[in-house]
Amino acid sequence: MTTAAGAHGGHVDHEGARFGMWLFLFTEILLFGGLFILYAAYRARYPNEFHEAGGHLDAVIGVANTVILLTSSLTMAASITALRTGQRRRALASLAGTIALGVLFLVNKYFEWSGEIARGFYPDSPLLAGRPQGEQIFFGLYYSMTGLHGLHVMAGIVLLAVMLALVLRHRITGGEYHKLENAGLYWHLVDVIWVFLLPLFYLAA
Amino acid sequence: MSSYLDTGGRGGIAGWIFSTDHKRIGILYLATMTGLFFVAVVIGVLMRVEQLVLDPPLFAPQVYNAFFTVHGVIMIFMFVLPGLGAVFGNFFLPIMIGARDVSFPRLNLMSWYAFVAGTVIVFVSLFTGDGAPDTGWTFYVPFSVRTGTNVTLGLTGVFMLGFSSILTGLNFITTIHRLRAPGMTWHRMPLFAWSLYGTAWVQLLATPIVGITLLLVIAERVFGIGVFDPAKGGDPILYQHLFWTYSHPAVYIMILPAMGAITEILPTFAHRTVFGYKAIAYSSMAIAFLGSLVWGHHMFTSGMSEQANLLFSLFTFLVAVPSAIKVFNWTSTLYKGSIEVRPPMLYALTFVFLFAIGGLTGLMQGALAVNVHLHDTYFIVGHFHYVMFGGTGVAFFAALLYWFPKMFGRTYNERVANLAWAPIFVGFNLLYFGMLVLGYMGMPRRYFTHLPQYHTGHVIASVGSFILAAGLVLFFANLVVALLRGKRAESNPWGGVTLEWRIGSPPPAENFDVIPEIQGRPYRFNPEVSE
Repeated sequence: MTTAAGAHGGHVDHEGARFGMWLFLFTEILLFGGLFILYAAYRARYPNEFHEAGGHLDAVIGVANTVILLTSSLTMAASITALRTGQRRRALASLAGTIALGVLFLVNKYFEWSGEIARGFYPDSPLLAGRPQGEQIFFGLYYSMTGLHGLHVMAGIVLLAVMLALVLRHRITGGEYHKLENAGLYWHLVDVIWVFLLPLFYLAA
Repeated sequence: MSSYLDTGGRGGIAGWIFSTDHKRIGILYLATMTGLFFVAVVIGVLMRVEQLVLDPPLFAPQVYNAFFTVHGVIMIFMFVLPGLGAVFGNFFLPIMIGARDVSFPRLNLMSWYAFVAGTVIVFVSLFTGDGAPDTGWTFYVPFSVRTGTNVTLGLTGVFMLGFSSILTGLNFITTIHRLRAPGMTWHRMPLFAWSLYGTAWVQLLATPIVGITLLLVIAERVFGIGVFDPAKGGDPILYQHLFWTYSHPAVYIMILPAMGAITEILPTFAHRTVFGYKAIAYSSMAIAFLGSLVWGHHMFTSGMSEQANLLFSLFTFLVAVPSAIKVFNWTSTLYKGSIEVRPPMLYALTFVFLFAIGGLTGLMQGALAVNVHLHDTYFIVGHFHYVMFGGTGVAFFAALLYWFPKMFGRTYNERVANLAWAPIFVGFNLLYFGMLVLGYMGMPRRYFTHLPQYHTGHVIASVGSFILAAGLVLFFANLVVALLRGKRAESNPWGGVTLEWRIGSPPPAENFDVIPEIQGRPYRFNPEVSE
């Protein structure tokens, strides 16, 4: 028996696999949910400090990364549709494009973080120690939440790379596209979480 | 058809640790968890010895701190939390709903690996770095951030254990939704499966919260992010909220499958259909739901607002209602039954008795004024051992006695199993009722020593712990002997009526030749009398 083998004979239970994927996405939402709750609690406690601290972030990079991730979700969906309608080459190209956009997001993130660290905004930094407590919390949450999100982008890129390999080897095809679809669900979730991170941090000012 | 014990392709240990058969994975959990249980029992007994030898203390205070931390981490995260779900859930859930395996067999094996990895990491944390974690199993900030002991690694291990729990929950929910045999409607599912269903949702939805909380403590220690550090504007109380948002529902992860197993055992030995099937099924779901809204009762003395205190106290009383519904249903199941007190039944009835004490002492602490007096005393230690050990632990023993012949195809010596009950029961009550009394008198928990006025109570509790430990050794020795030399078991030694009793003992590798067609409700002991 392999993954998601049905009770009635050996065929793969696609419905079950997708159901399981949705359950997994719930756990991801709750994982971030803990952080969002902390954000809500601290923002209510330090509204002015959060406003002030948000001004130290680079909203241009934040918005650019949002555009990049949203585009990558589009190419992800396009890849699945292309595969299902028998356009394998287009599916591969879109999938590769999704991966490239994910990498681009991380490259931006790297420069963004480097910039902030260079300017002295990082946890436990001497600069922050001299600033109001709310700003210290803001940056603590900023690094935790965008950092955890970044880890998820990395995991997503690895996942999509595996999918790409499977499509290349004809293990995922127009008739057996469900793994790709589930990977797509994960990618969209990572995207959706970012859509919430953008206003909470970059547009907080 | 050959049994799952002698098929599997690969021989030896590889045939077990690479097997995706849900039954073999259940046995893997049983073996690892029982081993860990005894490690924690030994540590528990050592703590009781410490309370006998006061001057000079047998173990240094720091060692005692590590003892109660490790005892708690092992018992909570590696024994009662995976508990009956990981062992009997894995083994019997697919069989009881008429399936050949769980939905994701490879994921199932992976969750065992996550469990082992987490366990190994926790044990490594004990012997490396600057000393074993000394925070207690609750890892409260700010102490867990400031202590120099190896908390970071220990937390990483616990995080892995949580991952294992999530994957098991995910697997069970999907399995119950997708793989029920034809005719097995929701209301024809055995109640053990219902309890696993409620549990699995809590595992799935609550565990990520503790996951992120523990990761934040790690981040706090490594990077100093400040979210729980008052010096940087953080609030340690928020840690407690997040921790208990998971860890109280986790109590129901531990107890629900235990209740489910008891619900299987009582009808079998009363030879009578279960009373109030739907009430039991839905009370499992109600416990899972209400149990997620009571976490604040761990924090009545933390300085929460009065309104929050009142609400959490109210919900705490409310969650007792579905629990009591179960107890009433069990009692009614026995009424006019033809009760046969064989070992599984003896332990199941003991569960009901001990769980009732555990539940009622829980209500005492749910009352706000009483809670202030009892907070952080031995009373709470006694209470949760009545629930976790007298409840989940004893139910685990009952389930093991009930399903042992099915799982291994061997019978055990029933007289020895009954004999072992006596020291377990007597020792248990001396130890933990002793703690209830000590706590009421004011003995605080987690102290390596005590004032003279508590000494008599401590001696009684310690003697109880020795008796209890002797009983546990006898109990498991009996089963080990049975495993090696027991007589062959019949396929239905107790006269059970759920699906697992209609296949061979031990079950065949694929469970069923033909997937059964389910005709009616479970627990029909006299099918000809109609439903």
